[in-house]
Amino acid sequence: MNHWIIAPIVLPALLAPFIVLAARYHIGIQRTLSIAGVLALIGIAAGLAFQVSDGTIVLYQLSDWAAPFGIVLVADRLSTLMILLTAVLALFVLLYAIGSGWDNRGRHFHALFQFQLMGIMGAFLTGDLFNLFVFFEVLLIASYGLMIHAGGNERLRAGVQYVLFNLIGSTLFLFALGSIYAETGTLNMADLANRVAMIGPEDTVGIRIAAVLLLLVFAIKAALVPLHFWLPSSYAEAPAPVAALFAIMTKVGAYAIIRVYTMIFPPDLDVTAGLHDLWLLPAALLSLAIGMVGVLAAKRLDRLIAFSVIGSMGMVMVSISLFTPEGIAAALYYIVHSTLAGAVLFLISDLVRTGRADLNLTPQPPVVGNALTAGLFFTGAIAMAGLPPLSGFLGKLLILNAAYDADLMVWIWVIVLTSSLISIVGFARAGSVLFWKAHSIEALEDAPVHQRPAALSYVAVGGLISLLVAHTVFAGQMHTYTTTMASQLFAPEPYISTVIETPGKLSIPSKEDH
Amino acid sequence: MEFLVASAIGVMTAGGIYLMLRLRTFPVILGISLLTYAVNVFLFSSGRLTVGAPPILSDGVSVYTDPLPQALVLTAIVISFGMTAVVVMIGLGAFLGSDDDHVDDPIDDADDKAEGTS
Repeated sequence: MNHWIIAPIVLPALLAPFIVLAARYHIGIQRTLSIAGVLALIGIAAGLAFQVSDGTIVLYQLSDWAAPFGIVLVADRLSTLMILLTAVLALFVLLYAIGSGWDNRGRHFHALFQFQLMGIMGAFLTGDLFNLFVFFEVLLIASYGLMIHAGGNERLRAGVQYVLFNLIGSTLFLFALGSIYAETGTLNMADLANRVAMIGPEDTVGIRIAAVLLLLVFAIKAALVPLHFWLPSSYAEAPAPVAALFAIMTKVGAYAIIRVYTMIFPPDLDVTAGLHDLWLLPAALLSLAIGMVGVLAAKRLDRLIAFSVIGSMGMVMVSISLFTPEGIAAALYYIVHSTLAGAVLFLISDLVRTGRADLNLTPQPPVVGNALTAGLFFTGAIAMAGLPPLSGFLGKLLILNAAYDADLMVWIWVIVLTSSLISIVGFARAGSVLFWKAHSIEALEDAPVHQRPAALSYVAVGGLISLLVAHTVFAGQMHTYTTTMASQLFAPEPYISTVIETPGKLSIPSKEDH
Repeated sequence: MEFLVASAIGVMTAGGIYLMLRLRTFPVILGISLLTYAVNVFLFSSGRLTVGAPPILSDGVSVYTDPLPQALVLTAIVISFGMTAVVVMIGLGAFLGSDDDHVDDPIDDADDKAEGTS
């Protein structure tokens, strides 16, 4: 059995306590270990992604127990893409946190960061719904600590809201798991896919409720309107590198929706007909509209970016809720783009923040390093708003193209195009107030002198932008790959048979000793 | 017994949701605790209700109780216990820092936050 697949979970899980116990007072050692850990994660994730890129499903049975009874980890194209994306994002976020000194403004940043990575990796790799819950909790409890890193009253207040909202979400998740188990008697995803298909049309009440509850939980994670209320405050108040890492957390929700609603409750399943295939799309369109209107209405830069994250999640969910291979392929392309673009913008907001009194969108003297920061913001805004030449434009084109045959095609096209225009206006307004109008404002005599951000901060932001450029340049290859990924998702038989039929210990009573 | 368990879950859920809507830290935390009790009992009952039956294979027994929900509940209890401890600490920090235990945003900067947060 290939043991590498559990390494993305075990490595941060061991590194984090080591950082707390052995390197507690030495920020230098913590930084070195953290960076080394993330580099190793990138290597492992890239290796796994290469291994499954030909369509094989890699299964890992913990303690060698066979599937519906034991816990399994499964790596396929989708999950390895997501862990690779997480690891790469984590590297640049970490570089920024080190460059800007955020990691030294409170304690245990690096340990919490590693625990957060462990939770995210686990959520992407697990093949079992209950372990999805457990890994959600791991990533959440680490994110609570990261969210209130460096303290402050405003941040604590937002932190309380964030924690409470997520606790309610977790409780809802448990209710959903309980009802699924009561209906089917299993929580293994592959086994569930088999058993849900066996439920007769006359006995669907329980499983329909369970499917909706589960969708609600994932929609909370993905910040789908009307379940998005936790996002603006918490992302705006969180330290910028943490908010940038959180850009992947909403995608965990999107990933879970893709996984569960293509495999367990596929769109052509009679038992759950008329639920998510009908209601997800309007909600997604609404989030897209509200997110982009929020971009225009926001009075602070960090809040503006938080709303643009909601909008781009709406975009992703529009594409997912088509539930066609083209839609999912476009959504996966856009997920990569939106994670990188969201992270870039949050990091840039911190670059602005270091040179300014606050992030209010009011004219103030120019920030230190105005030209460079303005250029970066311009690039990030182009990416997020979906203007050519960056990948946001290609992603939107793919989504519009995938929606061409949909019933609600007119609605989708109108809302996507209008909301793009609104977000362009919103970003343009913010950029011109922040960077252009600043030239006409004289700095006060006694104004505090702001430090120029460290070079490493610019390296991190530049690195993420270059990834966005690469995502654009190699859009053809990337889209081909996400298309094969989507076709793998819509033909889940190999996944299911690999998980269910691989024997473990004691599964065949053999004559040999164990 | 089904009626008793079902109504217990229902009452605890209703109480928990009511308390959660109070928008002050202490009642909200109590509400969430009530809700986690409700969900724990709910998870128990998801393996069907059986009285006095063993969960592990034994000789001469024909009725068993499902052991998996018990394992799930154990995990859920541990996690919710830890989460409640975390939220109490963060809530306490927020209260001591700003001398205000409201969960929602304060009125005076409601204008600033009117763009969509609650």
